[in-house]
Amino acid sequence: MSDAPPPNVPPLIQVEHLTMRFGGLVAVDDVSFTARPREITAIIGPNGAGKTTVFNCITGFYKPTVGRLTLRTDREYLLERMLGHEIGQQAKVARTFQNVRLFPAMTVLENLIVAQHNKLMRASGMSVVGLFGIKSYRDAEAAAVEIARDWLDRIGLVADADRPAGQLPYGAQRRLEIARAMCTDPRLLCLDEPAAGLNPRESGELNNLLVSIRERDGVGLLLIEHDMSVVMKISDHVVVLDYGRKIAEGAPASVQRDPAVIRAYLGTDDGEEAHA
Amino acid sequence: MAYFSQQLINAVTLGAIYGLIAIGYTMVYGIIGMINFAHGEVFMIGAFISLIGFMICSTLGIGSAPVAIILVLFMSMVFTAVYGWSIERLAYRPLRGSFKLAPLISAIGVSIVLQNYVQLAQGARFKPGGRIVEGGFNLFTADGFDVRVSWLQIVIVIVTVVLMAGFSLMIARTPLGRKQRACEQDMKMASLLGVDVDRTISLTFVMGAALAAVAGMLFLMYYGIIDFFIGFLAGIKAFTAAVLGGIGSLPGAMLGGLLIGVIEVFWAGYFSSEYKDVAAFSILILVLIFRPSGLLGKPEIEKV
Amino acid sequence: MGPRLPSMLKDAGLTAFVAAALGIFIVGFRTYDVSGKGLTFDYQFTDLAIAVATIFVGRLGLLLAAEGLRWPALVLGAVLGGIGAGPLALPSDFLHWFMALGGLLIIGRALWPWARQRMSTAQHSRRGLLLGRAGAKWFGWILIAGAVALPFAPFADQKTMDLSVLILTYIMLGWGLNIVVGLAGLLDLGYVAFYAVGAYTYALLSTELGLGFWIILPLAGMMAASFGILLGFPVLRLRGDYLAIVTLGFGEIIRLVLINWVDLTHGPDGIRSIPGPTLFGAVFAETAPAGHQTFSEMMGLPFSANQRLIFLYYIILVLALATNLFTQRLRRLPVGRAWEALREDETACRALGINPTSTKLTAFAIGAMFAGIAGSFFAAKQRFISPESFVFIESAIILAIVVLGGMGSQIGVVLASVLLIGLPEWFRELGSYRMLAFGLAMVLIMVFRPRGLISHREPSLRLHPVRPGGDG
Repeated sequence: MSDAPPPNVPPLIQVEHLTMRFGGLVAVDDVSFTARPREITAIIGPNGAGKTTVFNCITGFYKPTVGRLTLRTDREYLLERMLGHEIGQQAKVARTFQNVRLFPAMTVLENLIVAQHNKLMRASGMSVVGLFGIKSYRDAEAAAVEIARDWLDRIGLVADADRPAGQLPYGAQRRLEIARAMCTDPRLLCLDEPAAGLNPRESGELNNLLVSIRERDGVGLLLIEHDMSVVMKISDHVVVLDYGRKIAEGAPASVQRDPAVIRAYLGTDDGEEAHA
Repeated sequence: MAYFSQQLINAVTLGAIYGLIAIGYTMVYGIIGMINFAHGEVFMIGAFISLIGFMICSTLGIGSAPVAIILVLFMSMVFTAVYGWSIERLAYRPLRGSFKLAPLISAIGVSIVLQNYVQLAQGARFKPGGRIVEGGFNLFTADGFDVRVSWLQIVIVIVTVVLMAGFSLMIARTPLGRKQRACEQDMKMASLLGVDVDRTISLTFVMGAALAAVAGMLFLMYYGIIDFFIGFLAGIKAFTAAVLGGIGSLPGAMLGGLLIGVIEVFWAGYFSSEYKDVAAFSILILVLIFRPSGLLGKPEIEKV
Repeated sequence: MGPRLPSMLKDAGLTAFVAAALGIFIVGFRTYDVSGKGLTFDYQFTDLAIAVATIFVGRLGLLLAAEGLRWPALVLGAVLGGIGAGPLALPSDFLHWFMALGGLLIIGRALWPWARQRMSTAQHSRRGLLLGRAGAKWFGWILIAGAVALPFAPFADQKTMDLSVLILTYIMLGWGLNIVVGLAGLLDLGYVAFYAVGAYTYALLSTELGLGFWIILPLAGMMAASFGILLGFPVLRLRGDYLAIVTLGFGEIIRLVLINWVDLTHGPDGIRSIPGPTLFGAVFAETAPAGHQTFSEMMGLPFSANQRLIFLYYIILVLALATNLFTQRLRRLPVGRAWEALREDETACRALGINPTSTKLTAFAIGAMFAGIAGSFFAAKQRFISPESFVFIESAIILAIVVLGGMGSQIGVVLASVLLIGLPEWFRELGSYRMLAFGLAMVLIMVFRPRGLISHREPSLRLHPVRPGGDG
């Protein structure tokens, strides 16, 4: 597969034959798809379709049973062979979580500085030089704070910078988590249901933020979403999973009309998803 | 061969005692996911109540060993269970929903409190007692070495097997056992379905403490001497047993107990008795590093 | 209070009943040895009955106080405290303490809402805020100045200095463990093992090879840090509670090895005549060994045993402050922030590309290093060490200091050390109940104030400077 001639734009991430088994349970079954740079690719599907498992494989939390995950940026990274933290550190894949995972006791600003850990760690000479408060480290820290300030400006949290992150309202926590992921300077950003629990106004703001990440920062996005209005409005490409298998893939409009997708959403045994 | 058989008999006896304590660790871990660090101390309390119980029996003139054992067993189980219940109620229940390590720190506190409480109330010296089953018989003689089984060892194994069977049945067949298993799977869901979670957890502690009390009584009868500090080592070894067998699994706890008994006795018998505790601790560390799910446990899947 | 009273009485009665069931064997019968006759026992039912009655009254008082019935609760508290502290002879000292403290507890609980309201109004007044902020800024410096001046204070007799050295040793250990437990969130129950490694490193190198204190000090630190890395590397990916148990096991293994490796460590007998620390080659003794001079000769002062003590005091003060400075610096570096982030959420850290194992390993090794240095000081101070000094309970005490102080709070460690180490030494009567109080404190802190005495966390950096007097 990987030797096949590239399509007009080479994919940012290529998922091939991804399979994940837990004991006897097959959570993801032979799923292949691609996501291109500077595009928003949405993965949708009913509850338990295996979307988060795909994410966990891409971001190194699970080791896939079978399959190859190729990320092409400055060079090729085979994600399935990398340890959890190396995927963020070297391959530059960042993610958020379904239930927000901030560092609640640390301040908003500290959350964004921690995200720039590896860069600052080098600047501090693995802490040895930094211990003496050397100027090059102080400059690096000041630069990191400026990056953080930019992001706080974009998510509207400058005034809250020195508050503990755990004290923010829910919607702000979601935005902060995205900003924190972006502070790692990623090539691919994976968002797990970023619109969950947001009100319509916040949801609209989120759309703008995601679009600006695509346009301004040039980062490719991979997005799990239930909220169809978000998916249809901003995504460039949609992958539909059901019971761990891919049942459709394509542009939002074409996927929306796909009979298999309609069956999966309106089908008899997933009635609660019908409203989505 | 004879020496080996003798060591094996001793190992099984010791392993039975560890297994009984290990069940308490495993049940509590299974249901609320905490290491009840004070469980070893509960075992120690059980041993002390048994010691005093045997002394009361002899003051009352109860001469028959079986009657005394059954009386003391019952007393020790009931009154030690009160300790298990109180500990959960006072030191652990208020901490549900606190930060992750809070229950463990609280449990260490409870353990220190109980040790010093018994030391203050009963003194720090060794207490001899509980030697009421004497004698035994020669199983066989080989290479000029008598392999002996004492009646006490038989009592210990029988009591352990009967209780184990009883508890396994209880977990498998009764509504209480079903509620416990439901809480293990998903506490929130269980409570939505009408299971009284608090009560179920309390009963788990009560059962664990009762079994530890039995272990305490058997320990006292086997060694004939106890002090306020016996809970620390026995507790850690029993915890090792629970981990080795697969924490959360009842048969695992028993298997682990036997294995720890075997390792300890054989290490002391064939290598050096000074380092027998080092062997137990090393096994604990090795198992946690290489097979944290133990022999019979299920591996955990990290939820993200 | 009418309709609630029966249910309160019932609750208090049940509590007393449970207490009676708990105490009937362990407290009701006291076993003791009679030489020649073996073990026998006494009945102590009066003690038990008084204790149970106290618990009944105490529970009732607390319930009344919780219902806001301040006066009845205060009366009950006063009666209980009065009996406990009064001249009436109770069967044991313990019961006096028990009743007196019980009375105090009820009074405290009854006055709590009022006191809290007063405190919060005082804190939120402009003056209070300014004072609080200035206090926070200067408090540390005032403490340091006081500590430096202490040996010259008029009340600084030998006993006070001894105790101060002891407290400072625990402060240093607390600060070291604070890195591991408070910042990185790794529950280490075997911290005393690194203390032991440091102490034995000093003892062996100084007695066998004749190396001096100042050379061995960093070596002992490095030695302990290597042990930390050796242990930490395989175990630091374990879950929190498993890690706790593994470190406990490691601590016990070190202790058992110290006891049984007689050729190296002299086993339970320990190592004797360890040389003390020197100042520019001068020893603190009445007469110097050949080739050395004593401190009093060097300075031209008359010899006094206090000189050695004051010297030791300044050494441990400097070592402890160095530990603190180092930690404060690290906290403001990426590695320190990563520690705290790991404590908050390890999964999120991994997603941000932070290597959890190496980050934890640095915390573990640095914590171990400080324990090793403190251990080295301990051996030089005591001049005799044996495995008995390095039991699990020491780890638990250091942990209690960190937990009580407020995990991650440096000043909290100081307060907790003074409270937990200083108070029991000053009030000798409490001596034998010290460990009981320790354990109780750990439980109560977890239940009522899980963030410890000092729960305030100062951010490692700010975007907006603090506005004076504002609430920022």
